[in-house]
Amino acid sequence: MAFAEHDLPASAISTAMPRDYFALLKPRVMSLVVFTALVGMVLAPSHLDAVLSAISILAIAVGAGAAGALNMWFDADIDAAMARTSRRPIPSGAVTRREALGFGLFLSGFAVAVLGLFANWLAASLLAFAIFFYAVVYTMWLKRSTPQNIVIGGAAGALPPVIGWAAMTGSLSIEPLVLFAIVFLWTPPHFWALALYSSVDYRRAGVPMMPNIAGPASTRRQIFVYALAVAACALLPAALGFAGIAYGVAAALLGLEFLRRAWRLLRADRDLAPARRLFGYSIFYLFAIFAALLIERLLVPATGVAS
Amino acid sequence: MKPERVELTEREKKARSARNIAIALALAAFVILLYVATWAKLGANILNRPL
Repeated sequence: MAFAEHDLPASAISTAMPRDYFALLKPRVMSLVVFTALVGMVLAPSHLDAVLSAISILAIAVGAGAAGALNMWFDADIDAAMARTSRRPIPSGAVTRREALGFGLFLSGFAVAVLGLFANWLAASLLAFAIFFYAVVYTMWLKRSTPQNIVIGGAAGALPPVIGWAAMTGSLSIEPLVLFAIVFLWTPPHFWALALYSSVDYRRAGVPMMPNIAGPASTRRQIFVYALAVAACALLPAALGFAGIAYGVAAALLGLEFLRRAWRLLRADRDLAPARRLFGYSIFYLFAIFAALLIERLLVPATGVAS
Repeated sequence: MKPERVELTEREKKARSARNIAIALALAAFVILLYVATWAKLGANILNRPL
């Protein structure tokens, strides 16, 4: 790397390790994406070959990771200002913004092409749309402009089970839309619980989260309304017959606990502990709902709507 | 004219070599993925082509 006439600054030579690039993929978000997409695939009536199914999951995971990298490329300023995100690869100096952009764009194209070639182009289009929606509509536009940012942006995070279903069947129907609705309605109480105890951070970063705009009291009420909606929506798979009694009971119990914690938060005054407890539980809740769908289907394979 | 050179530090060399290995592994994985996926998608039809 010898350029005549001028010295390169020391920082021009990367010291990024592979793990820094891996961190750009937001592995923890990716794991939830992989899991919900997998459940969408398992619930689907027709099935791809096992190898092609595994490749579809990989493509969806890489697509989700690519969206994460594009988010970190654009949001480096916000991430640097917030305690929770200040150690991400760009604010920490391990990876430059341009490197993250190139990495994200390349992996987006790779993931969409692989899903299109080895599953189908409906699934690939949905994946491309989800990446676009997250990176452009949510990250570049909504996040900095409206307290409804994560409400609308939640559509991107809710798409993976739909993509998984589409990869299997090449079509869409009511079941993946119900899964979409569960994740979509879950997103606001999940992020607003976090925003309630991180509102100082969000204010410093200039992100208009609901607690900073409408105030904590209004946010708590809205969290409770969404908690009601997600608890009710999570009963739909049993009501519509594509999940059984066991799932219905599990969803009811999990939903009641979600409501209890949202109620505790609603009644709380200034105490941030209930918000932390709701946030922690919300992650467990989504995982448990999809795990219940998955386990029931694997144990009782005959409960299809089609039958 | 003597070319100007940038001497890499130990840390930079180590990071570059780690990245190179990661890229090599990713490329190898991609080759295997295309091979396996092509068999899974086409099966015996791989041989069924106009000559």
